[in-house]
Amino acid sequence: MPQGVPDVFGRLTIDALPLYSGVAMFGAFVTVAGALSVLGLITWMGKWRYLWTEWLTSVDHKRIGIMYVVLALVMLMRGFIDALMMRSQQAIALNSEGYLPPDHFDQIFSSHGTIMVIFMAMPFLTGLINIVVPQQIGARDVAFPFLNSLSFWLTAGGAGLVLVSLVIGKFSTAGWTGYPPYSGIDYNPYVGVDYWVWALVLSGVASTLTGINFIVTILKMRAPGMTLMRMPLLTWTALCASLLMAFAFPALTVAGGMLELDRLFGMHFFTNDAGGNIMMFANLLWIWGHPEVYILILPAFGVFSHVVTTFSGKRLFGYASLVYATVAIMFLSFAVWLHHFFTMGSSANVNAFFGIATMIIAVPTGVKVFDWIFTMYRGRIRFHTAMLFTLGFLVTFVIGGMTGVLLAVPPVDFLVHNTTFLVAHFHNMLIPGALFGYFAGLQFWFPKAFGFRLDERWGNRAFWCWIIGFYLAFMPLYYLGFMGMPRRMEHYNVAEWQPHLIVAAAGAGLILVGIILMIVQLVVSVRRREELRDHTGDPWNGRTLEWLTSSPPAPYNFAVIPQVRGLDAFHDLKEQGIAYARPKSYEDIRLPKNTASGLIIGGFAFVFGFAMVWHLWWLAVLSVLAGLVAVIIRGSQDDTEYTMTAKEVEAIENARYEQLARAPRPEFDEEEVIPGAPLRGGVI
Amino acid sequence: MPADFLDTERRSEKALGFWVYLMSDAIIFALVFATYVVLSHNYAGGPTAHDLFDLRRTFGETMLLLFSSATFGFATLAMLEGNRARLLVWLVLTVVLGAGFVALEIGEFLGMIEAGASPERSAFLSAFFTLVGLHGLHVSVGLVWIIVLMGQLLIKGITPPVASRLFRLGLFWHFLDIIWIGIFSVVYLPGVL
Repeated sequence: MPQGVPDVFGRLTIDALPLYSGVAMFGAFVTVAGALSVLGLITWMGKWRYLWTEWLTSVDHKRIGIMYVVLALVMLMRGFIDALMMRSQQAIALNSEGYLPPDHFDQIFSSHGTIMVIFMAMPFLTGLINIVVPQQIGARDVAFPFLNSLSFWLTAGGAGLVLVSLVIGKFSTAGWTGYPPYSGIDYNPYVGVDYWVWALVLSGVASTLTGINFIVTILKMRAPGMTLMRMPLLTWTALCASLLMAFAFPALTVAGGMLELDRLFGMHFFTNDAGGNIMMFANLLWIWGHPEVYILILPAFGVFSHVVTTFSGKRLFGYASLVYATVAIMFLSFAVWLHHFFTMGSSANVNAFFGIATMIIAVPTGVKVFDWIFTMYRGRIRFHTAMLFTLGFLVTFVIGGMTGVLLAVPPVDFLVHNTTFLVAHFHNMLIPGALFGYFAGLQFWFPKAFGFRLDERWGNRAFWCWIIGFYLAFMPLYYLGFMGMPRRMEHYNVAEWQPHLIVAAAGAGLILVGIILMIVQLVVSVRRREELRDHTGDPWNGRTLEWLTSSPPAPYNFAVIPQVRGLDAFHDLKEQGIAYARPKSYEDIRLPKNTASGLIIGGFAFVFGFAMVWHLWWLAVLSVLAGLVAVIIRGSQDDTEYTMTAKEVEAIENARYEQLARAPRPEFDEEEVIPGAPLRGGVI
Repeated sequence: MPADFLDTERRSEKALGFWVYLMSDAIIFALVFATYVVLSHNYAGGPTAHDLFDLRRTFGETMLLLFSSATFGFATLAMLEGNRARLLVWLVLTVVLGAGFVALEIGEFLGMIEAGASPERSAFLSAFFTLVGLHGLHVSVGLVWIIVLMGQLLIKGITPPVASRLFRLGLFWHFLDIIWIGIFSVVYLPGVL
C-alpha cells in the first residue's frame, strides 16, 4: 500500500482473484456466469416485481419454506461438485499430483463439509419444517413470521459468503471443523478461515432464531384439542430439533467468535502460546457439533414416520415409543460430544463414559427402526418414490449405525480414527439418515407446496441411482479405512488403494446421474402438471392436518381452525365424514404483512461478514450501523398485520369447493381402511 | 387500558419467545464463563487477577447496575399505572445508571490496557476481556434499546405494542443483572481473594 493512500480496501487486492489454479478459475467463472444468467433470465422474463412482492419480501411460512429448499438444492449442487472433484482426484492421484493442487484440494474438502452440513442440510430441513409444521398443527403461520424471514436471509447471507469465496479470495483449508492452531492466524494468515467463520456465525444466528420461532409456534399455536401426545411425528421431531437449535448453536457462535478474536485481535484462546488451550475449541465446537447431527437427522425421522404410515395405509406403530425415543435422543445428544476426539488426550475413564453414552443412543434409534418396520407389517404398501427412499434409508442406516457402535468403542476408534472408515461412517448416517429423508419429504409434500405431484417414474429411477451410487461410493471407503488410508489425501503412493478409489469415484458418478434424473423429474413434472394436478389437497390419502388444506394452500391455510380429537386428526375428520364440510360462515383473518426488513438486515449482515473477512473496517462499521437502524425501524412498527375479510375468505373457499366438486376420483383405493387393523388381502 | 393487554395471546407468544432467547443467550454466557474458568490461571508470565482487579471499582459498577434494575422496576410500575411522565423519568434514571456502569467498565479496560494488561497479553486476559466485554456490550445494546423505547413512548404513548416491548426490555435488563452477579462471583471475587 503506497504511503498516503487511505486504507479503504483493507487486504483486498487484485491477487484475490483465483489465478492460482485453472480449475479454481473455471469454478469462479461458472459461479459468476450462473449468477449473471439467473439475474438476466429474471430480467428478460420481467419477473422482478413479482419476485420482490411475492417471494423475497414474503413472510408467509410456505413461501419462506420453498425459498429455503431452493437454497438447499442450489447448495447441494455446489457441494456435490466438490465431492465429484475429490473423488476424481483421488481416483487418479496414485504417485502423481492429479489435477488439483494441494491448496485447492484442501479448500474443496473444507467447503464440501461446510456447505453440505450448514448450507444444504440445514436449509433443507428448515424449509420442510416451515412448509409443513404450521399446517400440521392447524396454525395460520409461525409465531414470528418476520423473524422467520430474517432467519432465511441471514442463512442466505452466510451461503453467499461461501459462494463469494470461490471468486474473491480463498475458502478455508482447515476442514469443516476448522481446528486451531492450524486455523489460527499464525498458520492461516489469509482470508479462508475468516470466510468460514463468518459464514458459520451468520447461519448459526439464523438457526438459533429459527429454533426459538418453532419452539414457540409448536408450543403455543396448536389447534384446539391437539395435546402434546397428539402431535404428528414431524412436529415432535421439529420441536426437538428446534430445542437443539436454540440451545446448541450458541456453542458454535462462541467457538467461531473466539477463533475470530484470536485472528483479529491477537487474543490467545486457542493459540499454542501465551496460555491458549486448543482443546477448548474442540470441546466448544462439538458441544454444538454433536447435537447438530441430531438437528439434521430428527426431522428426517419425522418425515419417514409420515411416509411410512401414509403409504402403508396404517396408523403409526408405537407412536408413544417414537416420541419418547425422539426426546431421549435429544437429551443424549448433549452427552456424547467427546466421542469426536477420543484420541486427543482424555483419560480412559472419560473416554469410557462417552463411549458408553454413545452406544446408548443406538437404543432409542433401534426402537424407531422397529416401529417403522412394524408400521409396514401387514400394511397395504404403495411403492411411491418417497417410500423407496424410506426403505433405502432403513436398510442403509442400520449398516451405518453398526459402524457407529464400532466407532463408539474407544480402542477401535484409536485404530480407525482419521481414516476413510470414519468418512464412510458419517456419510452412511447422513446421506440415508438425513438426505434421503429430505428427498422423501420433497417427493411427499411437493404437491402440497406447488399443487401438482412429481412424476414417479423418473423419481424411482433417480432413487435407484442414488442408492446404488451410495453403496458404490462409500462401501469401498470402509474397506480403505481398514487398509489404513487417512481421510483428506490429495495424493498417495499405495497402489492397493487405487481400485477401491476408482469404484468410489464411479459411485459418485452414479449419484451424479441420480441428481440429473431428479432435475429431469422436475422438468417432466412441470410439463405434465395438468395430468399430475392435485385437486383435493390430499393426493396420498394422508392422515395429518396439512392434507386438509388446498394444494397450494390459501395464505391463511385454514379458513376455520379444525378441532382435533386424537392422533391423525385429518384421518379422523375423513372417517367422521366432516373433513370437507362447508362451514356456515367465515370470519375475518389477521395475517402478517410482507416486509423487506428481513432481506435488508440479512443483506447488511452479508456486507458486514464480507467487510470483516477483508478488514474493510469502515464498511463493517457502516453495515453494523445500517443494520441497527433497520432493526430499530422494524422494531418501531406496530401495524405489521392486515385483515383478510370474511368475504375474501369466502370467495377463496368457494373456489376451493368448486375445485373439489370437479376433482377426479383419487388414484388411491378408497376402500375403508381401519386404522391399525390388519387388512384383508393385499398383504405383501 | 393497561390491564387488558397483559394477557393477550400474541403477548404470551412473544413473552415465551423472548424467554427462550434469554435462555439461549444464557448458554452463550455459560460457555464463555466456562472458557474463563479454564483459562483463568493461564497468566503466561503476565499480570495476574490479583494484580489487576480493584474491588472498589467493581463494587461501584455492581451498585450502579443493581440500582438501574431497581429503577427499571419502578418504570414498569409506572407503566402499569399508565403514568407516562413518571415512566420516562425512571427510564432516564436507568439510562444514567447504566451509562455510568459502562463508563466505569471502559475506564477499567483502558486502565488495564495502559498498564500492559491488554487482551493479547495472555489467555487469562483474553478470556477476561471477552467475558466482561460481552456483558458490557449487552448493557450498551440495552441502553440503545431503552432510548429507542423512550422515543416510542414520547411519540406513541403507552400503547399495547410499546408496553409489550417495554416488558421484554425489562426481562433483558434484569437478566443482565443476574449475569453480572455471576461475573462478580466467578471473575472478581476469586481473583482478589
